[in-house]
Amino acid sequence: MSWVSKTLNSTLGKKLLMALTGLFLILFLVVHLAGNLQLLLPDDGKAFNIYAETMASNPLIRVVGILNFGFIALHAIYSAILTRHNKKSRPVGYAVTNASANSGWSSRNMGILGTLILIFILVHLRGFWYEFKFGEIPYVTYDGVTYKDGYTIVAAAFENILYVIFYVVSMGVLAFHLSHGFASAFQTLGINHSKYTPFIKKLGLGFAIIVPALFALIPIIMFLQNN
Amino acid sequence: MNLTLKVWRQKNTSDKGAFKTYKISGISADMSFLEMLDVLNEDLSGKGEDPVHFDHDCREGICGMCSLYINGQPHGPQQTTTCQLHMRSFKDGETITIEPWRASAFPIVKDLVVDRSAFDRIIQSGGYVSVNTGGVPDANEIPIPKVIADESFDSATCIGCGACVAACKNASAMLFVSAKISQLALLPQGKVEKRGRAEKMVAQMDAEGFGACTNTGACSAECPKEIKQSNIARMNREYFSASVSTEEV
Repeated sequence: MSWVSKTLNSTLGKKLLMALTGLFLILFLVVHLAGNLQLLLPDDGKAFNIYAETMASNPLIRVVGILNFGFIALHAIYSAILTRHNKKSRPVGYAVTNASANSGWSSRNMGILGTLILIFILVHLRGFWYEFKFGEIPYVTYDGVTYKDGYTIVAAAFENILYVIFYVVSMGVLAFHLSHGFASAFQTLGINHSKYTPFIKKLGLGFAIIVPALFALIPIIMFLQNN
Repeated sequence: MNLTLKVWRQKNTSDKGAFKTYKISGISADMSFLEMLDVLNEDLSGKGEDPVHFDHDCREGICGMCSLYINGQPHGPQQTTTCQLHMRSFKDGETITIEPWRASAFPIVKDLVVDRSAFDRIIQSGGYVSVNTGGVPDANEIPIPKVIADESFDSATCIGCGACVAACKNASAMLFVSAKISQLALLPQGKVEKRGRAEKMVAQMDAEGFGACTNTGACSAECPKEIKQSNIARMNREYFSASVSTEEV
């Protein structure tokens, strides 16, 4: 299998891993958003709590969940490896640069945007994922079945305006990251054609605006409901 | 025009180097950028100082020899070669900063001259067609559709100046290598060896220490020959399909 490691260790191979893990995480965002939007249903969290329990008990979802953690780690580790390599490729920088004349801001700052997103993910996991799994969590009973009341944890967290602001700003960062990452992943996979590349670019931009905006809407609405 | 020039001076590869400021006057707006530097060098020679070393050859925008990172952009503010850049692109009294291409794969020889032989070694690794010479083949023996011929020729217009490397925040040579892979992979004569070629040229590109691609598009935006980013996507396709299909395990 030496050819596999040779391919994946080339600069192209490393970018291939970035693109594939990135596209997986994009799909994950859609699933995660669909689940989260149930927080806004006017049922005091019943749909969300039942959904969370279903997700946590489904073995297939649990495997995908582990893969998801793995891919986040892989995406972050490979970006660090690539950044180090790229810095080494230009050890002495320019005194004057006019980069805005030839490229977009997001595309030049994916590493910074990604690092901010990683910080967000860690805070997010500590605040919700860890609490749901290992924290002291209230229980609620629907139709004779007991469920973990994750909804109450989320609602309590989003009573804090600072927490809400942190989430909204983080989603802004995600939007900029996606505005370059979505279309860029296809280019790296070698998918570039005058027939569909303009569509991919528009789709990427639309995705980058709509998905983070909907994510950001959840803490804002929950904050307004509880205050 | 009167100008202030901040020029990178470096005695040799191992010298640390520093900017030196020169005042220059009586420059015509119709002069090319290199002619303006000629005026500076005339002046320096007259004073017994070492003239500023810079690369140039045809001065017609076709050889790829001239370089220079001018005010933060390779080949300056216009999308052309430095020899085809004219002083009318600058304002009277402006300060112009002139730096060499910056990349570990392009070591500085002296002042603004960099060693771009890394590109030659990439070409030597596979950027050719191995056909034996013989009688002249009939022009219409191998039919090639016009669109394919045009696409290949567009890629072949790359003059190997290295502006893509200079512009890229990662000092990546992907646009150059992909143009060279594309021009051959598109044509029947080049298709025969395309798999091995993609593998060898990418391996050589990595060995030279060029960076990876972030798809910022700076390379293509600064390329004096407007080589398209779609070449890089083609190179990726060629490379990945080669790595799963060539005979060597």
